[in-house]
Amino acid sequence: MSLNLSDVKRIAHLARVQIDDADAEIALRQLSGILGLIEEMQSVNTDGIAPMSHSQDVTQRLRDDVVTETDQRALFQSVAPAVEGGLYLVPKVIE
Amino acid sequence: MQWEVVIGLETHVQLQTHSKIFSGASTAFGAAPNTQACVVSIALPGVLPVLNREAVRCAIKFGLAIDAEIAPRSVFARKNYFYPDLPKGYQISQYELPVVGKGRLAIQVGDQEKIINITRAHLEEDAGKSVHEDFHGMSGIDLNRAGTPLLEIVSEPDMRSAAEAVAYAKKLHELVQWIGICDGNMQEGSFRCDVNVSVRRAGSDKLGTRREIKNLNSFRFMQQAIEYETRWQIETLEDGGEIHQATVLFDPDSGETRAMRSKEEANDYRYFPDPDLLPLAISADDIAEVKAALPELPEVMKARFEREYGLSAYDAATITASRAMADYFVATAAKFSGEAKLVANWVMGSVAAKLNEEGRAIADSPVTSAQLAALLTRIHDGTISGKIAKDVFAAMWAGEGEADAIIDRQGLRQVSDAGAIEKIVDEVLAANAVMVAEYKSGKEKAFNGLVGQCMKASKGKANPAQVNEILRKKLG
Amino acid sequence: MINKSLKELAALLAAKQISSVELTREFLARIARLNPTINAFVTLDEERTLAQARAADERIAKGEAAPLTGIPIAQKDIFAAHGWRTTCGSRMLENFIAPYDAHIVQEFDRAGAVNLGRTNMDEFAMGSSNETSHYGKVRNPWDVERVPGGSSGGSAAAVAARMCPAATGTDTGGSIRQPASLCGLSGLKPTYGVCSRYGLVAFASSLDQAGPMAKSAEDLALMMNVMAGFDPRDSTSLPREKEDYARDLGKSLAGLRIGLPREYFAEGLDSGVAQVVQNAIAEYRKLGAQIVEISLPNNKLSIPVYYVLAPAEASSNLARFDGVRYGYRAPEYADLNDMYCKTRAQGFGAEVKRRIMIGTYVLSAGYYDAYYLKAQKIRRLIAQDFVEAFKHCDVIMGPTAPGTAFKFGEKTADPVQMYLEDLYTIAVNLAGLPGMSIPAGFAGNLPVGLQIIGNYFDEAKMLNIGHALQQQTDWHLRLPEGV
Repeated sequence: MSLNLSDVKRIAHLARVQIDDADAEIALRQLSGILGLIEEMQSVNTDGIAPMSHSQDVTQRLRDDVVTETDQRALFQSVAPAVEGGLYLVPKVIE
Repeated sequence: MQWEVVIGLETHVQLQTHSKIFSGASTAFGAAPNTQACVVSIALPGVLPVLNREAVRCAIKFGLAIDAEIAPRSVFARKNYFYPDLPKGYQISQYELPVVGKGRLAIQVGDQEKIINITRAHLEEDAGKSVHEDFHGMSGIDLNRAGTPLLEIVSEPDMRSAAEAVAYAKKLHELVQWIGICDGNMQEGSFRCDVNVSVRRAGSDKLGTRREIKNLNSFRFMQQAIEYETRWQIETLEDGGEIHQATVLFDPDSGETRAMRSKEEANDYRYFPDPDLLPLAISADDIAEVKAALPELPEVMKARFEREYGLSAYDAATITASRAMADYFVATAAKFSGEAKLVANWVMGSVAAKLNEEGRAIADSPVTSAQLAALLTRIHDGTISGKIAKDVFAAMWAGEGEADAIIDRQGLRQVSDAGAIEKIVDEVLAANAVMVAEYKSGKEKAFNGLVGQCMKASKGKANPAQVNEILRKKLG
Repeated sequence: MINKSLKELAALLAAKQISSVELTREFLARIARLNPTINAFVTLDEERTLAQARAADERIAKGEAAPLTGIPIAQKDIFAAHGWRTTCGSRMLENFIAPYDAHIVQEFDRAGAVNLGRTNMDEFAMGSSNETSHYGKVRNPWDVERVPGGSSGGSAAAVAARMCPAATGTDTGGSIRQPASLCGLSGLKPTYGVCSRYGLVAFASSLDQAGPMAKSAEDLALMMNVMAGFDPRDSTSLPREKEDYARDLGKSLAGLRIGLPREYFAEGLDSGVAQVVQNAIAEYRKLGAQIVEISLPNNKLSIPVYYVLAPAEASSNLARFDGVRYGYRAPEYADLNDMYCKTRAQGFGAEVKRRIMIGTYVLSAGYYDAYYLKAQKIRRLIAQDFVEAFKHCDVIMGPTAPGTAFKFGEKTADPVQMYLEDLYTIAVNLAGLPGMSIPAGFAGNLPVGLQIIGNYFDEAKMLNIGHALQQQTDWHLRLPEGV
């Protein structure tokens, strides 16, 4: 599966990373190299093999439904780029 | 040209838990912005999700209530997209393996019952909220709601009219409250519907292109939105246009739908199993435990009411449309020795009408079940007629006291004394010679007129059965 | 003093021959002298550090000391530590003061250890040379023109230059073991799920695991006694009894079956490294171990599988860095989308962006089955190789890295060359097994690590195996010149 420049730009947009044409060219070359490395997988027969998401065959532990967290807004918002009235500010959201 | 509308719903039900689905932050509504946004809610680097047991129990309850298969193993997946109210840049949801599989829900449209199939229901987390008041041209983000547990319930495209869609949504709304998994508060967004609408030529078995109406939070708006959208799609097609798949919003002010700008570009959500969470296992024992604590379900109760109270299928369905109404009916019937049918008529009739008129819940009815039973007892024992009972009920509703006190105070006790009634009948016959003549010439209608005159003369208090009997006798 | 084991330091502290404040000051002085060259530390906070040392001294005075009380430990800059700048080697978190503690940081605090400072690392742990850090490259104390390995390169260099007695690291594809090998120290990546990931800034969640880096296996055991253990805040943390990782130290190795995977000694391995590894294995033979040849036939697939799974998870894990709630935000932007794109383009370095893009691509519509799902299936084949191998041996040994420390810039031009650094380490992460690297000798004056791979939860056994070699050799005590 080979990659082209418009793929690179589409991926960059999906990942919300600004990329100019020159960088996209470099990225195309490097990403193609990595995909070449990955391509080796396609020769392996994996029929009937269950995908492995976790190394241990364990199931989800459940938490009791108890409120344990207290209000720490002031602390958390002390590292925020822009806040007002307890809200995080972002450029206008258009629905 | 005949058109058929095809409708399917995706409903987001906020689950009634104390804490969030993956953290110990509170889910209480209405707190100051971001005061219930803990480290997990704001997605600080390094934090991790742990699943809330109660959210899982809610999902199991719902699965049992719609007779669905509950997956012994389900998987949480990440749905990746950027939006400021989505702090991690992905929503934890379920994709390929949802917790609840195929189920069904019976709805009542007019006096027809219809089965709506449910495709699946899955657990996921809610997003935060964007506040659009103008902060120097910026939007504000409140993450208190981020991480609130949701059950997303997806129906098959089985509905064929706005009325059916609303009936389904109402039934679902009642059911989730009935089994205690959701407070049903639509204003606060506890129950939100996305409606997929498409139209096709009648008789076609191919689905048309659908448009999704997002975030409907009232049944009235849902009805309006579907009707508008259906009309718009039909007109567009009849004018030779095409329908393009889109996400639209309903504007209650204009009564129209419009495409959302933020959803214009095609999404590629890149779902994959969330590596921070392990597969959710639900055993037969887990299900049995939830089942044991589950209240009697509406369908089961409906069948029981038909059997035990001799109600018609329609009455039983209406009474069990809400748990509160069913509870009220049962409580009233328990204190009443007459026919349950009378109780059902009153609950579905006068009580429901008054509640509806005043927008009250039955739990807040000014006339309690015990008071209603006392009133019905007075009909049953012949103290008052059904007609007088309506006036007494109105007085009770207005807070004028118990049934007996109102009857006594207003002198509404039914007259069953044969002598007194005979006297009234004699007077009426004397004063209405024309009607008597008509009756005797074969006009049966005139008889009813005479009964009416007798009732009027008694100010409604004469026992109608006795009036009938005496009148027949006297007229020979 | 600087070459003493944790046990020896604890004994000195207990005997009041030295105070924690004195010990801490000694290491701070070494950092002041060596760090300008080595660049192993990105953040120091003497005041906080010394306050902890004073508290430790009080605790020791009250006779309430735990084994690591008063001992300064360096923390990889990937663990959130309340009040400490936590950068993860990225511009994105340049000014991020963590408002909470990672589980492991809490455990060290509880043990009374002293937080000496934050060690440099490849940005978001993505790299094998520490060249991707926004805070400059870390130099290898054995040869300052060479890389220390990565991503835990700061921790490795700090221990190697004796700027700290021990440090923490994380290992997603070899990030503890490879720098341990290149810097001549001991490093352990535990079984996945043994150390909590809570507060560890995620790279690839299904592979990330925290572990200790120190001079000796014995020191690793003491570190593990603090770091390991169940944490209810991490769904993948395994609910197991607390164990004493030093319990097996000193046990005989007679009858131990050591498996040597044919694939680890094939093409791609530096001959000098191969020789050092063979010498170490010969030592084990002398200690009574038997050598068994084994095969891990799918090992070569571990690199392609890893470079699908790890970037895929990373692309999603790093989506939270959007300039909204914390971290870097681009100074100028036209609208919301532009803010996202500029913030992430400016806040992330080249390697991180590369991996985010690869990960985004392999998960995108139409490619998921061919890449992600396929990789997950082969991951199972790779894990099954180990299950099969452990039927024939107790531990697996081989090289940690294909070569010794390389020169700066040598592998940066071609990302694929850099990725091959992890040829022997990645499969261990994919299988979730414990892996360790211990110093086994030198090739051309540069340290070489021996990798020891154990079965699930066999850390104590592996630590004894490492310890046994360190009783026979002094590779782990050698010091770089100038240190």
